Amino acid sequence: MTATRARQRDPLSRLVLGVDPARRALYVLGMAPAVLYFSWGLTDQLGADPQNVLERALGLWALRFLIAGLAITPLRQLGGPNLIRFRRALGLLAFYYATLHLSVYLLLDKGLDLSSIVADIIKRPYITVGMLAFAVLIPLAATSNNTMIRRLGARWRKLHRLAYLAAAAAALHFIMLVKVWPLEPLIYAALVAALLMYRLANSLRPRTRAVRP
Amino acid sequence: MLIRFRNSSDVVPSEITDRAVYLRRRDFLAGTAALGAAVALPFNAVASPLSAAKSPLSTDETLTPLKDVTTYNNFYEFGTDKDDPAKYAHTLTTKPWKVKVDGLVDKPADYDLDDLIKDIALEERIYRMRCVEGWSMVIPWIGVPLASVLSRVSPQSSAKYVAFETLVRPAEMPGQKGFFQALPWPYVEGLRLDEAMHPLTILAVGLYGETLPNQNGAPIRLVVPWKYGFKSIKSIVRISLTEKQPKTSWSLQNPREYGFYSNVNPAVDHPRWSQATERRIGEGGGLFVKRRPTLPFNGYAEQVAGLYAGMDLKANY
Repeated sequence: MTATRARQRDPLSRLVLGVDPARRALYVLGMAPAVLYFSWGLTDQLGADPQNVLERALGLWALRFLIAGLAITPLRQLGGPNLIRFRRALGLLAFYYATLHLSVYLLLDKGLDLSSIVADIIKRPYITVGMLAFAVLIPLAATSNNTMIRRLGARWRKLHRLAYLAAAAAALHFIMLVKVWPLEPLIYAALVAALLMYRLANSLRPRTRAVRP
Repeated sequence: MLIRFRNSSDVVPSEITDRAVYLRRRDFLAGTAALGAAVALPFNAVASPLSAAKSPLSTDETLTPLKDVTTYNNFYEFGTDKDDPAKYAHTLTTKPWKVKVDGLVDKPADYDLDDLIKDIALEERIYRMRCVEGWSMVIPWIGVPLASVLSRVSPQSSAKYVAFETLVRPAEMPGQKGFFQALPWPYVEGLRLDEAMHPLTILAVGLYGETLPNQNGAPIRLVVPWKYGFKSIKSIVRISLTEKQPKTSWSLQNPREYGFYSNVNPAVDHPRWSQATERRIGEGGGLFVKRRPTLPFNGYAEQVAGLYAGMDLKANY
């Protein structure tokens, strides 16, 4: 087996290297905020409470990529450009950011204090909801490759409707941790709500093959 | 100059710092302001040096750097982001400043700030400050005991509580304008009279040797170090002595999450998050800063626990 052939067959290297320059650029650009925030954090440029700023920024980018991924289909159906080839990258970026966000919480914030983490998950609804969002993303990320799409067939699309749940839980997680009602979490929640309502409205409409995503 | 009371025995700043350096400080401020960077400065452009006697009530813990104390603030009158107060508070007019004292007092009046605290010796009080959000600082306040101010206005025997009010001035406080306003204004707070008269409770007019930066509650604010930070109301324009327990902003906003007492208590969690630990701002460590345990009454239990003897602190959160 040649190296090229191996790369094509191996989802990991295909994912890392990509085949489409635009998609590769999206991965690189998409990871830039994480690189920037970590480097700002390590060089004391995140203000008085750097750990908190980093943790929140990573979580926010996860939510942004989730929303971007969910916007692809409505965008095309409503006459916008067809960006479907970027959807996997957006979803995976959301997963990467959620993983980093969770890692900062577990390692830096909680110092891997297991009893305190378990207590948080059980007692703090906003942590419970955040964990749910992350847990839901795991099977989605694990099946975000051509092999799994082929293997799962029609079930793949059903499974990936879990992205709606992940986005709703992530938006709720954001709202639940603020003290008052600042605009930002409400805007994200409204975006997620609009994208979910669009799906709901679509699913209630009499279907023809043409409108199926 | 706004407030500059000095006892002859006190050390004045010019004796501590080399005079030439001390004088240049102004030039530095003026020069930077000219570059349009005044907003980002940790100092208030109109800060004046204050001299104050040291107090045995101060902690000897490492101070939180001035930059953090003046750029990481919750002062929702200027916006809900931590850096909003530092960005927007510099335009607040703090002179002249009147404080209305009314209710159950023998000497109600609209006091000029200078008159309200005149001849009360300024003290430096280095206190821990614990925010309900789970972070803390160590701040060298300069102020006067609230008890001294209250004695001056002669509370009547029927007075049981002290109510406080923050300035409402939308023209200078952007958080009080627009569609999304975090809280109903004015911000109000209150203490039981015995809490207000406790020696630890002060009205602060300065920090780090100078008059208060606007973002920290200029020109006069409450500091109650054993309670969560939001009890320490900023930019006070009214002090009322009352018989009934006064309303407080956060318990009005969410009575399930915030009570009247709001004593720092690691054993009573906020309904949404734990209060067992805190992050000490500015102690170094950057991203790798470790949480430290939160102490009952923020470490002031020895002095204040007696105020709450026999009280159920879980019910009276």
